[in-house]
Amino acid sequence: MLKELLEKQNAGTLKAKDRYEIPAQDMPAQDGTERRENMNEVALGYTETQARLEAMRCLQCRNAPCMEGCPVRIRIREFVTAIANGSFEEALAIIKENSLLPAVCGRVCPQEVQCQETCTVGKKFKDPEKSVSIGRLERYVADRFGKQGETPKVAPPTGKKVAIIGSGPGGIVVAADVRRAGHDVTVFEAFHKPGGVMIYGIPEFRLPKSIVQEEIDVLEKMGVKITCNFIVGRTRTIEQLMTEDGFDAVYVGVGAGLPKFMNIDGEQLVGVYSANEYLTRANLMKAYQFGKGSDTPIAVSKNVAVLGGGNVAMDAARMAVRLGAENVYLVYRRSEKEMPARIEEVHHAKEEGVQFRTLQNPQRILGDEKGNVVGAECLKYELGEPDDSGRRRPVPIKGSEFVIDVDTVIVAIGNGANPLIQQTTPGLEFNKWGNIVVDEKCKTSLQGVYAGGDIVLGAATVILAMGQGRIAAAAINQYLKD
Amino acid sequence: MSFKILSKKQLSENVFQMDVMAPLVARSRKAGQFVIVSVDQDAGERIPLTIAAADAENGSIRLIFQRVGKATTQMADLAEGESLGYVAGPLGQPTHIKKFGTVVCVGGGIGNAPLLPIATALKEAGNTIISIIGARTKELLILEDEFRAISDELIVVSDDGSCGRKALVTEPLKEICSRDPKPDCAIAIGPAVMMKFCCDTTKEFNVPTQVSLNTIMVDGTGMCGGCRVEVGGQTKFVCVDGPEFDGHQVNFDQMMRRMSAYKELEQKALEQYQKHQCKIGLDQTA
Repeated sequence: MLKELLEKQNAGTLKAKDRYEIPAQDMPAQDGTERRENMNEVALGYTETQARLEAMRCLQCRNAPCMEGCPVRIRIREFVTAIANGSFEEALAIIKENSLLPAVCGRVCPQEVQCQETCTVGKKFKDPEKSVSIGRLERYVADRFGKQGETPKVAPPTGKKVAIIGSGPGGIVVAADVRRAGHDVTVFEAFHKPGGVMIYGIPEFRLPKSIVQEEIDVLEKMGVKITCNFIVGRTRTIEQLMTEDGFDAVYVGVGAGLPKFMNIDGEQLVGVYSANEYLTRANLMKAYQFGKGSDTPIAVSKNVAVLGGGNVAMDAARMAVRLGAENVYLVYRRSEKEMPARIEEVHHAKEEGVQFRTLQNPQRILGDEKGNVVGAECLKYELGEPDDSGRRRPVPIKGSEFVIDVDTVIVAIGNGANPLIQQTTPGLEFNKWGNIVVDEKCKTSLQGVYAGGDIVLGAATVILAMGQGRIAAAAINQYLKD
Repeated sequence: MSFKILSKKQLSENVFQMDVMAPLVARSRKAGQFVIVSVDQDAGERIPLTIAAADAENGSIRLIFQRVGKATTQMADLAEGESLGYVAGPLGQPTHIKKFGTVVCVGGGIGNAPLLPIATALKEAGNTIISIIGARTKELLILEDEFRAISDELIVVSDDGSCGRKALVTEPLKEICSRDPKPDCAIAIGPAVMMKFCCDTTKEFNVPTQVSLNTIMVDGTGMCGGCRVEVGGQTKFVCVDGPEFDGHQVNFDQMMRRMSAYKELEQKALEQYQKHQCKIGLDQTA
């Protein structure tokens, strides 16, 4: 089929009708049963033929609505066209104009509410899942050609020093962009390994850690210094960095990092985790290798309830499956339609046997006399009128109490702002939720201090953190030039 | 950065003292704060330990720890000149140090280690220090001389009477609280059950009591919430809200249950490690 289509494409006779007829290319994936037993990446990536076929589904719309849907305005139409033409390296170069982490974003961006939501092909089929799979194409070129790229060129030294606080996606992007301008850059990370949420939060089976490490390696090759086990606010304050340690500018990209709990009875029982704790133990601390190289334990669970409907909830549920739980329930108070998780993660979780319990919510967690979790008492819910978020409000049904038998409960209902920077940085302006206030250039109320990502936006995404990172980096470079 | 062990001393059967290079921590730490250490740079367990003392000039901090599980056993096996995987900190809120008047400092077992810098700072702030330090038996009592040096009055107790008075720390604590005038405040650090009963004792006399909690933790920066405790009916994180809290508000029973969450797994890991160490020994003799 490819050959025929290619001939038409080359002859310029490939019509929209032909393009619509190309079947949407499924992502090859590890078998659902098999992968319950391993941590390896689930989605395996397109073959070259699949990538070119998928790219030919793109109508190359004149107004490129996909680009409007992209938070960092990647020239999507152009890179997809390049893939259709087999010019893969060109495609990657186009992506890299706007996104420094295509291998990551191709995997973790919520494309169905961004570029693929506005895609004309998806609209035509009235199904965002039928849109051109832009994320998978991005991943394809990044995986195939990302590693061969040269280390970005660095301008001659300017003598200016920049501190980046946090080595997550935002910090990585700022570090790269600011270093390119010739500044002396140090990234400070509180954990013992850089990468932020991409290392401690997102599991190996969704984002292989080697991919994150490659990005870190590139930074180091560019001459960026990375200092781990350094807690800004405690080891040194922002003020000390700027007045005593000679940093001319600071970027705060510390993430959200204060898990929310439900504030219901029983949350202090043994066996109740925040998703952050559960995933950090499993990912960063490699608790799945406990006794085989890792010293960090994690609950040995039979029946697990994960509370929440976002990507983190899916990650936690799928991790629980891999850690050997027999039954993993995903308890969410709205319906599946309202779930904020990526569609692909929902599919994958289901394929792996995660049992979805929607329109339910626990009102207390039950324990035994030793303080261990033995169950969750839930209420059934129905959907009422839309709330502020535009989603239909979940309303509990009186008298609908029932108990699910679980020994582990993982709370994945989001994060508040970590108070550490606020407590230790006088003069830095925060809003009432504890998020840093910035202007459109990510500049804070303190001279030379910029911020972005979750600590500014509340809970957001890798791509939004990256987008803010680019804006902040440009502003920092400008500030240091003046 | 190398976190070199400058000196190592065994204080009792299972308690070790190490001076470790950590210049940035040594410079910024205050009494009551802790660090997270790991023996291994990569996969080791993250162990929260209170900073017992620091030498800012020399760039070292003093850690006192008890050999309990695998990670602390491994740490105790390290020799002078070797290095820890990493030291991160200082973490937690520093102790609120001011002149209260008379302060009773109650330490039990390994708890004497985190108590000492606080008692020292309180003494320096002009307080009268009455220290009660205890251990199960004489061999387990640590830092007696150090406490004697900074205390206006020192009471030593042991469970078996092998040193000092044969009593639990709560006995002399009750007597001191019965004095007129009663002490202005108390601080109790030790096993959770000891802190619980100290708080029960002082509550009777309405003596405000601070405790320092050492719950299970991963990151130590507020990110995981594993260290949470109920204080005054509210959920607090020991790492960012603590480690010190009003002892009369802490739900100790719940906290003790949470602290034993991984007992079995930890025991398994320790046995495995010890077995492995034995084998290494055999290799060497063979």
